[in-house]
Amino acid sequence: MEAGTPELVKLEDLEASRALTGRKHVLSLLVENKPGVLARIAGLFSRRGFNIDTLAVGPTDDPDVSRITLTLDGAVHPIDQVTKQLHKLVNVLKIRDMEPDQTISREMALFRVQAAVDGRAEIMHFAEIFRAKIVDVSRRTLTIEVTGSNDKIDAFERMVRPHGLIEMARTGEVAIARSRPDQ
Amino acid sequence: MRAADALCEALKAEGVEHVFGIPGGANLPTYDAIYDAEFTHIQARHEQGAGHAAEGYAKASGRVGVAFATSGPGATNLVTAITDAMLDSVPTVFITGQVRTDLIGTDGFQEADVTGITLPIVKHSFLVTDPRQIPEYIHAAFHIASTGRPGPVLVDVPQDLSRADIEYEPAEGRPNLPGYKPPTEGNIKQIRLAAKALANAQRPVVYAGGGIVNADASAELIEFATSDKLPVTLTVMGLGAFPAPHDQWLGMLGMHGTRTANYAMDNADLILAIGARFDDRITGKLSEFAPRAKFVHVDIDPAEISKNVPAHIPIVGDARDVLAKLTREYRALKADSARLDDWWKQIRAWQAEYPLGYEDSSDSEIKPQFMIEAMYEATEGEAIITSDVGQHQMWAAQYYHFSRPRQWINSGGLGTMGFGLPAAIGAKVARPDDTVVCLAGDGSLVMVCQEFATAAVHDIPVKVFLMNNGHFGMVRQWQELFWDGRYSSVEMGDSPDWVKLAEAFGWTGMRCADKRQLKDAMRATLDAEGPALLDVQVSKTENCFPMIPAGAAARDMVG
Repeated sequence: MEAGTPELVKLEDLEASRALTGRKHVLSLLVENKPGVLARIAGLFSRRGFNIDTLAVGPTDDPDVSRITLTLDGAVHPIDQVTKQLHKLVNVLKIRDMEPDQTISREMALFRVQAAVDGRAEIMHFAEIFRAKIVDVSRRTLTIEVTGSNDKIDAFERMVRPHGLIEMARTGEVAIARSRPDQ
Repeated sequence: MRAADALCEALKAEGVEHVFGIPGGANLPTYDAIYDAEFTHIQARHEQGAGHAAEGYAKASGRVGVAFATSGPGATNLVTAITDAMLDSVPTVFITGQVRTDLIGTDGFQEADVTGITLPIVKHSFLVTDPRQIPEYIHAAFHIASTGRPGPVLVDVPQDLSRADIEYEPAEGRPNLPGYKPPTEGNIKQIRLAAKALANAQRPVVYAGGGIVNADASAELIEFATSDKLPVTLTVMGLGAFPAPHDQWLGMLGMHGTRTANYAMDNADLILAIGARFDDRITGKLSEFAPRAKFVHVDIDPAEISKNVPAHIPIVGDARDVLAKLTREYRALKADSARLDDWWKQIRAWQAEYPLGYEDSSDSEIKPQFMIEAMYEATEGEAIITSDVGQHQMWAAQYYHFSRPRQWINSGGLGTMGFGLPAAIGAKVARPDDTVVCLAGDGSLVMVCQEFATAAVHDIPVKVFLMNNGHFGMVRQWQELFWDGRYSSVEMGDSPDWVKLAEAFGWTGMRCADKRQLKDAMRATLDAEGPALLDVQVSKTENCFPMIPAGAAARDMVG
C-alpha cells in the first residue's frame, strides 16, 4: 500500500519476518584495527550463545581497518539478531552478510597424510584432481596444500582420510563480493 | 598540562557538576587533579555505592552520572553498578585507575584486567595507551553513554599516563567514532503503517517501558494515548512515564503486574511496544505470550526488535520522535473511537473484578502494602522513590501511584539488592529540592549500609523508609509457594538494630511497629533535619500478589 492512502492495514495481513534462514551465512566485517576488538566480538558470540563455525582475521588495504570473515549456521542462529548485536560494537565499522551467488569465498587447508610408497601415487593423483599442491615430503608423509570452497576442502579430506590423516589445519573462509560485469 | 588535569578539564567541558568515587593508589594523580577541580566530588564508602549513586544521579536528572575507582579491587567493586547501568540503560561514565603501563600484564599490586572483566557489561570501554587519549576518550565516553540507547562506558587510565604532560585543547564537535551511528528518527513509512494498523485494531494496548523515560517522551506518550482512547500499561522501568491516576492506565504489567494489564496483553489484537524489551518478567512463557496480537515494536536499539518476540512492524528510532510522528499520522486517519467500546467494556470488567488489594490487619500490625499507601500519603505522592529489588519494590510499583517520569528509581533489569540507598544519595544530589525517599528492604539495606556515612558526612538529607520483615522476603515467598515451604537461609533474625545503626552513622533513627502511628512517624522522619531512617516493622510473611509464576502464562496469574 502506498503511504498516505486512506485504507487501513488489516491486522491479519501483517507478518513477522522469519528468524532462521536455514543456510550457512558468511559475514564479512570491517573493524577498527585496535587492541581488544577480536575479544569484543568473540565475547559477544559466547555471551549470546552464537556459535562461530569459522573465523578468519587479516589486514585490509587500509592499515587502520581489519577484516573479519566468519561463518555461521543460519539454521541454528537468527542471523539478523547476530548482525544487529555486532553493529552495536563501536569498533565494528561495516557488516556484510554475503549473498552466496554473488560472493567468491575461499579457504586454505594443509593436510599431512600417511604416504608410504604403495599409497603415495594415489594421494598424488587426488592432489592433482583437486589442484592441490604438495608442499612438503618425507619418507612416510606428504603435506598437501588445498585452496577452494569449504565444500571442496571437505571433499578432499574425505578422500585422503582413509590413507591416514595425521594432521589438518584450516584457515576458515575468507570472502569478497563478485564484481558486477560492468565494473 | 598534566593529563589528569586535562581529564578534569574534559569533565568540566562536558558540564559535570558532581562525581562520586573513592581514591586509591592507581588514581592518585587523578585525585590530585580533583583537588583543584570545579566539580564536587562525593566520596562514597564503597565503590559499588559510588557506582549506584552515579546511576541514581543519572536516572533522576537525565544527565550522565560519573563514578571513579582505583585499580584492581576498587574497579572490581564497580562491576555490579556497571552491569546494573547496562541492563537498565543508564547513561554513566566510570573512570578507573590502572597500574603503570610497565606493570600491566605482570600481576602487579592491585592489578586487574578491568577492561577485560567488564567487556560484556559495558556499552563501550577505553583502555588508555597514550596520555593524549585521556581527554579524547572522556569526550567520546560521554557521547556514547548519553546517545542512542544510553549505557555505561568505562575509561581505564594507567597511573603513569595520567601523570604525563600533554597539550590539551578543548574538544570541538563530535568525537570521531566512525563505527558509532546511533539511530534517531523513525522511518516515516513504517510509522504510517503502524498508524494504519492501529486504526484498524479492535483491542490495542500500548506497552511502554524505560525507553520513554530515557527519551524524555512522557508528554508525547500521553499525547499519543489520548489522541484516541488507547489503554496504556508500563513496565517497572517505565512507571511514571504515564500518570498512574489516569483513566486509560491499566497498571503495571508482568510478573507482579495487575491482572487487568496482563489480561489485556493476553487478549490484545495489536500491541504497540515502545521503549520496552519483552523481558521474561513481562512475557512469562514466551510461546503463550499475547497469542492473539500483532506487534509494532519501537526501539532505539535495533537489536531489541524481534529479539524475543518477532515484530510485525519494526520501527527503529527515538521514542520521542516516533511518538510525535505516530500521533500526527494516527490523527490524520480519524479512526473511529467507538470501535474500542467493547474493548473498554472488557477492561472495565477486569478492573472491577480484579482490583489490586490485600487483607489489612484488624490490629496494630503493619501490612507492607499499607506501608506503601501510608508512604504515598505522607509524601503526598510527590517524592522521588528509590528501591532495591524484591517484594518492597513490587509493592511500591503497585501501590505508589507514580505520576511523573524520573520519580521512580529502581534496579529493574539486574535486580540489584543494595541499589536503593546509594541511588537515593545520587538522586538527592541531582535534585536537591525534591524529597528523596529510599524504600529499602532490610535484606538489601544491610548490603550497602556503609553509605549511611556518605549521606551523613556530605550532609545529603535522604530519607530511608525501611520495610523490615526480617527476611529475604521475595526468596521466602518463592520457597513458600514453589519449594514446599522449605525455608532455606531466608530468615535474618533481629540484627542489626537499625535505629542504633542509623544513629551510629550520625543519622536520625526512628522505629514504628503500630500502623496507627505510621503516617505520623513517616512525617516526623521526613521533617527531621538531615538524613533519617524509619525502621518500619511490617508483617514478616506477607506475600506479594498477584503473580505470574515463573515460566507460566499471563492467564495463569495467581493470588
